[in-house]
Amino acid sequence: MWQIVQTASPQLIKAGLTYTIPIAVVSFAIGLVIALLTALIRLSQKRGAFLILKLIFRFYVWVFRSTPLLVQLFIVYFGLPYLKIQGFTPNGIQLDPVFAGILTFSLNTGAYCSETIRASILSINQGQWEAAYSIGMTRSMALFRIILPQAVRISLPPLANSFISLVKDTSLAASITIVEMFEVSQQIAAQNYQPLIMYMLVAVYYAICCTVLTWLQGYLEKVTSRYVVTK
Amino acid sequence: MLKITGLTKSFGSQQVLHGLTTSFPEQQTTVILGPSGSGKSTLLRSLNFLERPESGQYDFDGLQIDLSQPVSQATILKVRRQTEMVFQGYNLFPHLSVLKNVTEGPIYVRHQAKDSAQTTAKQLLAKVGLADKADSYPNQLSGGQAQRVAIARSLAMQLEYIFLDEPTSALDPELELGVLKVLLQIAQEKQSMIIVTHNLAFARQVADKIIFIEHGKILFDGSSQDFFATTNHRILAFISAMTFADLTATGKTS
Repeated sequence: MWQIVQTASPQLIKAGLTYTIPIAVVSFAIGLVIALLTALIRLSQKRGAFLILKLIFRFYVWVFRSTPLLVQLFIVYFGLPYLKIQGFTPNGIQLDPVFAGILTFSLNTGAYCSETIRASILSINQGQWEAAYSIGMTRSMALFRIILPQAVRISLPPLANSFISLVKDTSLAASITIVEMFEVSQQIAAQNYQPLIMYMLVAVYYAICCTVLTWLQGYLEKVTSRYVVTK
Repeated sequence: MLKITGLTKSFGSQQVLHGLTTSFPEQQTTVILGPSGSGKSTLLRSLNFLERPESGQYDFDGLQIDLSQPVSQATILKVRRQTEMVFQGYNLFPHLSVLKNVTEGPIYVRHQAKDSAQTTAKQLLAKVGLADKADSYPNQLSGGQAQRVAIARSLAMQLEYIFLDEPTSALDPELELGVLKVLLQIAQEKQSMIIVTHNLAFARQVADKIIFIEHGKILFDGSSQDFFATTNHRILAFISAMTFADLTATGKTS
């Protein structure tokens, strides 16, 4: 068994470093930007044409939370090539698999994280807004200087949840031809007929990634909670 | 000078303020008294647009606002940048140190230089007796200390008016005294203040002018001396009820 672990590990680690981790990190970073934007638009008190924008973003969150991630990946990678619109996309939309993966993962995690961020902003006491308004801040100043710094602390554990889920969900990218860690483990298992050991091994590597993230979460929580001190 | 004419405010179908007309003189302390639920806090919060009055006239140093029309964000900011609210629950910014709580407005709203804002903030913290707490976080403070920081925060803005919404209602009697002393000192320095309070003894000491509100209407609007010499039996009943409450409070602590 040790022999198998030793020969398979370099390939798995290489796939992890070239695909699994970069795809997860890039998707989560983009997802966070999308999430913040979505949360802010949905919480905006603006009226008029803005209401349509709010509706669009609500629809986006609904779509990505209501359909399976695997189906979303299939639609984007295998489905879009058949989206043939005369004079617009006559040959369909053919995406590079990694690009299609990052696009789908970003939009998916963005939808979930937007709800986390929205809830954390709503959880800040109304008095904080009022105090910020009273010293003459505009809504956006109050948001960025007073509310969001406090909301970050509250949103950290659920955001870490989403990130950890995403790291594991990148294994679904195997289904759209990306040779990431899980795909490599399948390939090796097909050669050496040791599926139990191979899938256990790849599970260990996912667990290692997620453990590192859990430590990172603990560290960030400590940093962002430094003002919550006892007397 | 801050003046309101015929100011009304409703929450849903319930009218809370019934066309109030009064003025708040500069460099004086105006105390708003009245039973719970009379609309005192709503009036105060309407003055810096934390509540949005529905009709009436608002006149702040010649800035005339027709409250029955939509009020622009710019106008509201203009008012808010000349006034500051001190809340019953302090509402300090928990993620900022005490010093940064005080300098936040001067630096980011008034665009003062960081050095001078910090120097002023330290002086103000010394004034409210908290020079040694500059680097603490708000949740390391007692309620009384937190409220004194909130007062320093409002003084740092060097504004025309400071509004205080029941600043000591959440405090123990001993802690309350420290806050009241600071407020008295500020009043003597001619800071324009409007205070909503339940503490009659304090009102008597600090007020130049008293407004008494009941059921959203002004029952008394005049000097502090006149208020305590009134023969209006509703106000007399209020004074005696509050004095009795004060007495039982002292009885408990001694």
